[in-house]
Amino acid sequence: MTALAALIRRDIQIALRVGGGALIGVLFFLTVVVLMPFAVGPDLALLTRLGPALLWLGALLASLLTLDRLFTADHEDGSLDLIVMSRTPLELACAAKALAHWLAAGLPLVIATPVLGLLLNLDATATSAVALTLLVGTPALTFTGMIGAALAVTLHRGGLLLAVLVLPLSIPLLIFGVAASQAAISGPLSFGAPFSILCALSLASFVIGPFAAAASLRHGLD
Amino acid sequence: MTLTDLANPTRFLTLTGRLLPWLAASTALLLLIGLYQSAVAPDDYQQGATVKIMFIHVPNAWLSMFVWGVMSLAALGTLVWRHPLADVAAKAAAPIGASFTFLALVTGSLWGRPMWGTYWEWDARLTSVLILFLMYLGLIALWRAVEDPSRAARAAAILTLVGAINLPIIKFSVDWWNTLHQPASVMRIGGPSLDRAFLIPLLLMALAFSLLFLTLHLAAMRNEILRRRVRALQMMQASQRSA
Amino acid sequence: MRLSGRGVRCVRGGREIFSGLDFEASSGEALAVTGPNGSGKTSLLRLIAGLLTMAGGSVDLDGGEAELTLAEQAHYLGHRDALKPALSVLENLAFWRDFLGGAAFDAAESLAAVGLDHAGHLPAAYLSAGQRRRLSIARLLAVRRPIWLLDEPTNALDTAGQALFAALMRDHLARGGLIVAATHAPLGLVARELRIGGPS
Repeated sequence: MTALAALIRRDIQIALRVGGGALIGVLFFLTVVVLMPFAVGPDLALLTRLGPALLWLGALLASLLTLDRLFTADHEDGSLDLIVMSRTPLELACAAKALAHWLAAGLPLVIATPVLGLLLNLDATATSAVALTLLVGTPALTFTGMIGAALAVTLHRGGLLLAVLVLPLSIPLLIFGVAASQAAISGPLSFGAPFSILCALSLASFVIGPFAAAASLRHGLD
Repeated sequence: MTLTDLANPTRFLTLTGRLLPWLAASTALLLLIGLYQSAVAPDDYQQGATVKIMFIHVPNAWLSMFVWGVMSLAALGTLVWRHPLADVAAKAAAPIGASFTFLALVTGSLWGRPMWGTYWEWDARLTSVLILFLMYLGLIALWRAVEDPSRAARAAAILTLVGAINLPIIKFSVDWWNTLHQPASVMRIGGPSLDRAFLIPLLLMALAFSLLFLTLHLAAMRNEILRRRVRALQMMQASQRSA
Repeated sequence: MRLSGRGVRCVRGGREIFSGLDFEASSGEALAVTGPNGSGKTSLLRLIAGLLTMAGGSVDLDGGEAELTLAEQAHYLGHRDALKPALSVLENLAFWRDFLGGAAFDAAESLAAVGLDHAGHLPAAYLSAGQRRRLSIARLLAVRRPIWLLDEPTNALDTAGQALFAALMRDHLARGGLIVAATHAPLGLVARELRIGGPS
């Protein structure tokens, strides 16, 4: 098995076995989305209008929560030292870890979206639009978030600091993700325009994320 | 057969091993009778045949709360009386309770759809069941998060009891929230006095599902005991020296 | 192969730990780094491994593979064991064998060489401290690299474990390997001493 495949496989195995398993991210997503109507009121029309926004916010927060452990676990048990000393470039190792994280934590959110769409009274078009934007957006959330995770790895208050660092970087994704979903539901803007920008942001994060994360990790190893 | 006898896992395994086939058979029989009675019950003048979903929805909703009650008792058993099988009972009950809650939600959603036009209305009763479902899932996540079963047991016991206290509070809050925004819930089971024709199938199904819970619970407890034995054996094997 | 350091200087957290340090070790040789706690033994190993940046001086490797860095030809056995409790013993070892790259050997045999073959399929969480150390040592066998950087390797090992590891180290040296080990206790093999921070 190649080095990167072994790393992805290991990270997914750990994510599935440890703690509440992979589904705890989905459970959090579900809880946050259920929470919203209690604040906003059970008016179905309002919930439908807010639906894409609520789902995006829930997915963003759920991704964020699981990002905390992306590098800290390896740092604490000394695995990070060995990863740096391997014959695989650190940038690729970071990308592999982010991919594993998305598969174990981000993709389940996308799969859970239709069920949550039901709770928010979204119709099939709306739910598919949101699910599609999340499919493109959640990898970006992970790859952007890993920068914060790498920066916060040596810090003890990591969790909150990570959120403060990553949330501003995620704003463009949030804007275009929700805009694309709304466009699919009610027009007049076309779905294609904001969606393409979302895709572009995602692709950019696949490159920027690993490089920035690797640089932070090397800096933080001391 | 006293409670202290049942405290011995081996004796528990032997006893339940003999009991389970009978329980399973009685459950199956009672379910069949109950389903038949439900099928032949008359249609509701307003809702038509869809009212019969009630015969599955209502028992499941009752059981979802009843199982939390069982877990609360088990939690007291763990924290107060330190009964050895209490945490096994609690851990085994959680997924079963969650399943009943999930069934209550799905059947409730299907029952409401013809009336509401959507699969979900933020109806006070169903919303409370949804919150209960989330609490079950959280409890299961807690059980799985701690590797050592006895440490997990104490944490889960505390959460279960806190949940039990909170459930009436949550129910009250959700009812209040609902009346703020909407007229009264449309989910009726026939008002204060249920027509006798509906009552018998309902009670039969309730009994059948309760028996189903008992069967599944005992089977799950057996599995958990065996699982812990495997774990103990593995730990023993790990500490052996090889040549 | 020759590993050498000239005028190495280490600064951590604004404090200078040591400076002007010279050392060398060749194939088949072991260098035992000794000194009181806090003298910088761990820091020196991390400097050589590339995990810490040098504040001055240089560390060079003559011989070895030209396209690889020093770190990529070295094993680092630190205080922490790089073990994932959620994975089994064999899964842990197989991962490092696949990930580190280079000459890889059978994971099961490596486990047997450190006396852990009976525990291969068990969760790594069930291992004692000494067994975890042995699993880390198995990593050194599962992937062959010429340079071993060891930080108090016999920590947590019982007498049998220490004898076993001493034998493995001698094998490594006999194959042309090179060892730099920070240690308080005798290693059980012939080694030159490098004393940091304190009288000899």
